[in-house]
Amino acid sequence: MQESTHLIHQYLRHDKKFPHLWCPGCGNGIVLGALIRAIHHLGCSKNEIALVSGIGCSSRMPTYVDFNTLHTVHGRALTFATGIKLAKPGLKVISIMGDGDAMAIGGNHFIHAARRNIDITALIMNNSIYGMTGGQSSPTTPFGSVSATAPYTQIERPFQIAEMAIASGASYVARGTVYHARKLIGLIEQAIRKPGFSVVEIITHCHVQFGKYNQMGSHIDMLKWQKSHAIPVEKAGSLSDEALKDKFTIGVLANRDFPIFDQEYEKIRQAAMQAQP
Amino acid sequence: MAKHRTLKVVRPPALIHGNAAIARGAIAAGCRFFAGYPITPATEIAEIMSREIPRHGGTFIQMEDEIASMGAIVGASLAGVKAMTATSGPGFCLMQEILGFAYATETPCVVVNVMRGGPSTGLPTRPSQSDVMLSRWGAHGNHASIVLAVSSVEDCFHVTLKAFNFSEKFRTPVILLSDEVVAHTRAIFSPPEDDGLSVINRVRPSVPPEWYIPYENTARGVPPMAILGDGYRHNVTGLVHDVRGFPTEQKEEVRTFYERIHRKIDLNREEIEIFESVFLDDADICLIAYGSASMAALEAVHLARKVNLKVGLLKLTTLFPFPSKPVEEVLNRSRVVIVPEMNFGQIVQEVKNLGVCQTRIIPMNRYDGHMFAPSEILQKIREVY
Repeated sequence: MQESTHLIHQYLRHDKKFPHLWCPGCGNGIVLGALIRAIHHLGCSKNEIALVSGIGCSSRMPTYVDFNTLHTVHGRALTFATGIKLAKPGLKVISIMGDGDAMAIGGNHFIHAARRNIDITALIMNNSIYGMTGGQSSPTTPFGSVSATAPYTQIERPFQIAEMAIASGASYVARGTVYHARKLIGLIEQAIRKPGFSVVEIITHCHVQFGKYNQMGSHIDMLKWQKSHAIPVEKAGSLSDEALKDKFTIGVLANRDFPIFDQEYEKIRQAAMQAQP
Repeated sequence: MAKHRTLKVVRPPALIHGNAAIARGAIAAGCRFFAGYPITPATEIAEIMSREIPRHGGTFIQMEDEIASMGAIVGASLAGVKAMTATSGPGFCLMQEILGFAYATETPCVVVNVMRGGPSTGLPTRPSQSDVMLSRWGAHGNHASIVLAVSSVEDCFHVTLKAFNFSEKFRTPVILLSDEVVAHTRAIFSPPEDDGLSVINRVRPSVPPEWYIPYENTARGVPPMAILGDGYRHNVTGLVHDVRGFPTEQKEEVRTFYERIHRKIDLNREEIEIFESVFLDDADICLIAYGSASMAALEAVHLARKVNLKVGLLKLTTLFPFPSKPVEEVLNRSRVVIVPEMNFGQIVQEVKNLGVCQTRIIPMNRYDGHMFAPSEILQKIREVY
């Protein structure tokens, strides 16, 4: 408790009029808590953190915290983050997005940021729905579920965010849940520390929209759903396909080294500056 | 990042095209970040920047589309580096959303639109001037815009420099309109020495961070701009924000925000409005033109004067804020005003909106993908003389 109070005083903005915009029981606060703890563990100065978000419930997060914060346009947070990282490589650039933000309108930017492997950490809160606009289908809304724009059920298959990041060339890819809050701190910490493009997909719940449409109960019930459906990736290998059905893996899904755009460009810059005009 | 190298070389005159002169002007203005996406007829700007900008310690990146290019330059500018992108009609359409963000957050940047025929893919290799109103009004919502037009290789260099200076001084995106003819016409260009150029950099806060009010409602209307990572941890958002940068829906705060982003341009119209008068003193007939059409108009004026026709030219470099004062003067003293444009009549509407005196205002429009010939403008002059 004492630690939480200390972190609140140190990292939340005092001049921003709270309360925040999130509904009671929302998972976004748990993600914010995990992010603050991860940054605190890393010992970063508040000045060297740039939080860049898009549009949506989760993207309101930067407004509340005392870092360099940028609340951009829908889906394009990574493009701004790219400019910031290249202009000021000393900054630790963290991009906050939701599933609609990162996968629908921003899907192209996402795969290209991963392909470039630019040194940005992308946190994607996946609640399978557009929460802010009132529960419409997102690219991660499961097949067969119901939403405000899929009243006769969703007939599109969902994107697998983490798997897409792996296929697109990100250095580090992890998946966590807001239920496994302590584990999430470690995943975010590793993602920030890892050079290159790092992605943490965070499974969270929107009980007021997705939960309501699909009779999933309260936020507590949805947290329990996360607990019962998440399989640590280390265990998944020894389980049968039957046991893995409808489940998802959590933990570090990929951790590898590829050329990093900002580092490669610095080599070009040095060579170009030394060449005769 | 590496320190910017200042080149102090006297460069020989060179035969270069307009796109190359824009790239040179940008480098001279201190542009050290370029993000772009290939598109005819603007691509050479990106190609030249990819070669030149790292030599000056800057960064070039080819993004996945024009939306991303616009996002990247705004991000770079917020992080303290002068930034530019260059495109043409279809790409410029894609940029409007983040251009709006740049207006709302008052982020300096320069967007070059080398105009080609449209709408849609239109006439990719042919000139046009049909994006004038798009440049003024493309981003949705209330905003003031600075739009500049170039007409020659010389212009491309100097007006690009001006564009950066305005964007830095007034904390706003500046749109630089070129067209396919200007872009690919070559001319001998003698680059000025860097020392002789006036380069303006944004004002940074001088107060300690705890006193800093990022969007303070000052009389001048342009608050000092803190750079991400410099210790002034503030919030930047495309939502209408209060003076501290936090989203607001309070009517007083909303009104203050809109009025200030208009006031900062309005108060400085005289400085921003760039135009050139040729033989206006005794002119009966006056041409008002910009971009490559103004080159044909200038030649037509010279031809007319040779046969003792009293014709003058008002060449507009600044299209917005619309230079109403010099245009009004022209309307007051001329019998007829002809406005040649490669579109269906866009700037001519601004001229008509001034609605002064009985002066006849005659639009002259080409939209066949070809540039004006001086002879056809001269013929029009003879018709109405």
